[in-house]
Amino acid sequence: MARITLDHLAHAYKPDPRTADDYALKEINHVWSQGGAYALLGPSGCGKTTLLNIISGLVRPTRGRVLFDDLDVTDLATESRNIAQVFQFPVVYDTMTVRENLAFPLKNRHVPREKTAQRVEEIARLLDLTRVLGRKASNLTADMKQKISLGRGLVRPDVAAILFDEPLTVIDPHLKWQLRSTLKEIHRALDITMIYVTHDQTEALTFADKVVVMHDGAVVQTGTPDELFERPAHTFVGHFIGSPGMNILPCRIEGATAFIGNEAIPLQRSYRTLSAGEKVELGIRPEFARLQPKGSGLPVHVRRIDDIGRARIARVEMAGRPLAASVPDGISIEGSEAALALDPRHVHIYANGHLVAGEALGGNKA
Amino acid sequence: MSLVLEGVSKKVGAAVHIDDVNLTLERGSLNVLLGATLAGKTSLMRLMAGLDAPTSGRVLVEGQDVTGWPVQRRSVAMVYQQFINYPSLDVYENIASPLRVARVPAQEIETRVRDAAKLLKLEPYLDRKPLNLSGGQQQRTAIARALVKRADLVLLDEPLANLDYKLREELREELPRIFAASGAIFVYATTEPTEALLLGGNTATLFQGRVTQFGPTPQVYRHPFDLTTARVFSDPPLNTLQVRKAGNSGTLSTGGQIRATGPLAAVPDGEYTVGFRAHHLTLEPTSGEEIAIPAVVSVAEITGSESYIHLDASDHRLVALVPGVRRLEPKSAVTAYIDPRHLFLFDAAGRLAAADPAQQAA
Repeated sequence: MARITLDHLAHAYKPDPRTADDYALKEINHVWSQGGAYALLGPSGCGKTTLLNIISGLVRPTRGRVLFDDLDVTDLATESRNIAQVFQFPVVYDTMTVRENLAFPLKNRHVPREKTAQRVEEIARLLDLTRVLGRKASNLTADMKQKISLGRGLVRPDVAAILFDEPLTVIDPHLKWQLRSTLKEIHRALDITMIYVTHDQTEALTFADKVVVMHDGAVVQTGTPDELFERPAHTFVGHFIGSPGMNILPCRIEGATAFIGNEAIPLQRSYRTLSAGEKVELGIRPEFARLQPKGSGLPVHVRRIDDIGRARIARVEMAGRPLAASVPDGISIEGSEAALALDPRHVHIYANGHLVAGEALGGNKA
Repeated sequence: MSLVLEGVSKKVGAAVHIDDVNLTLERGSLNVLLGATLAGKTSLMRLMAGLDAPTSGRVLVEGQDVTGWPVQRRSVAMVYQQFINYPSLDVYENIASPLRVARVPAQEIETRVRDAAKLLKLEPYLDRKPLNLSGGQQQRTAIARALVKRADLVLLDEPLANLDYKLREELREELPRIFAASGAIFVYATTEPTEALLLGGNTATLFQGRVTQFGPTPQVYRHPFDLTTARVFSDPPLNTLQVRKAGNSGTLSTGGQIRATGPLAAVPDGEYTVGFRAHHLTLEPTSGEEIAIPAVVSVAEITGSESYIHLDASDHRLVALVPGVRRLEPKSAVTAYIDPRHLFLFDAAGRLAAADPAQQAA
């Protein structure tokens, strides 16, 4: 059990890195508290697996240090770091029974037999593996094998941290629900630092107390799920989190009004600090852009309405730009012309991709 | 053309992989095979393609019995979950490869490859090797190759499963347009109910080798004929309770009496399974007609815009999908509400006994 500190950490796979682009992982400084549940979220190639491999000791960073509590582990091998890992694909011994598989990490560390048996029973119960404990692992489905992998990751109570690398990729949707909540329950019960790497926002947001969003080798925002949803610090976060993601529209700002094409959108803040050469964009999530009958808001052209079962999502065009919007219950749209109402509290302004705070109207800087 | 499966079964040893499937797929249609891993999606596709022969039953193409014809004699293209391309060929040649094999004239190859590349947004990458592409671009290449053949039947076996979430979203949004531009029969296997809903078309729900229902996707979602179909087509998982109806009231397995209104009013006395979807279970009453279910919070999962509240109600695990951020402490007691209009009632055999058809619209 440990606090994990990433101190001026950076990594380049090629020798002699010079520019920022040479780094697969750009400099990161971060402290993960003991007992926290964290997710590293980002698309393929964003550097999340590199970071995980540095923490686990599979990769030695080009620069910086990794500390577990106050111990510098940067040069320690994986097996000396006292961590457990769960990978994307099952790692199980086919010739062993499920019970032997689960017991293996404990047996290796000479945990007394009675304690091992007790711990294996407990983990098996949490993961609903009790009834297959006596079976050989070889005949089980991929789902079941991955559950065993999870169990092997969770079975040692004394680890500094458990690292998960896309652990639910091979799991069917129904079982995913169950395993996600099981992992959360286990996290609460065990008080172990857990770091979970994924490209799947639902997994990241539902698992973690704090999500670290990565893009192009850098951390673009760290926050709680609601912070990432409600106030994306970067257009990438707006796009990546949410399904569909945030609508990002090029705009022009005059005082407290944004213009998209010729459409004026009143803002709750003013943005006097924006300078001429910056790329200015307006961000609004589909959840806060509601479709209405025409004449009652910003005019839009409706291309399509998707029915996703529990909600409807309108694909519209405003001033020639595609946009996703929500369709409130009970609204029916005649023809292809409609309007959008934007919730002004959720309209954000970005300059060169970064959120601009702006000033509250009336002059109070916030 | 049409593809008809008539009483098709596939047994391997004693194991039944496909169990008496009857399906008619029309030209220009998109057909989703929805089911968990091992439900039979891939087995069914292999029978459609002619990669396997059925143990019993017939496969008809345009009325002609093609049962037992090998895949080479049929007009079929496949796309798999793994990105399969020729690593030594560039994207252009990868897409062109089936046309070269078929000795299509060079000028026509050029036109067809360019058209497919345009449709799949691959034009900037035509001279690249597949391994220098992102996963999404590699899979687009495989899809372009499947389309360029102009096969009558295009089978896609979980084509987006190996892609990043966001790429999946992007490609999924484009697929219906790509399919519509072709006149082929598309068959698309997925494990994800949401993917089926987004793709639209028709959906066949699969369970243990059987097609439990087949019809227009939103209709199968909203009007499942049985409990199995409702389960297969729900994500989060379908919530279920037991109810014993007697006269104008019912007793829930979570304890508590309810009035027999909505679908419960329409059925004879007896034991039923009540099914309802997560987004219909709320933590506040909305209409005043709801059934109240006392429960204990197990886990609250917060996505930022919504919260999934996992609840224990006596020995039932329920999931409520509620808007906004709800930080509920584990083990705290809450009351969950379900409007009877949103209930599906299933009889002891799992068949739909009643649902309020007008109200299943939401």
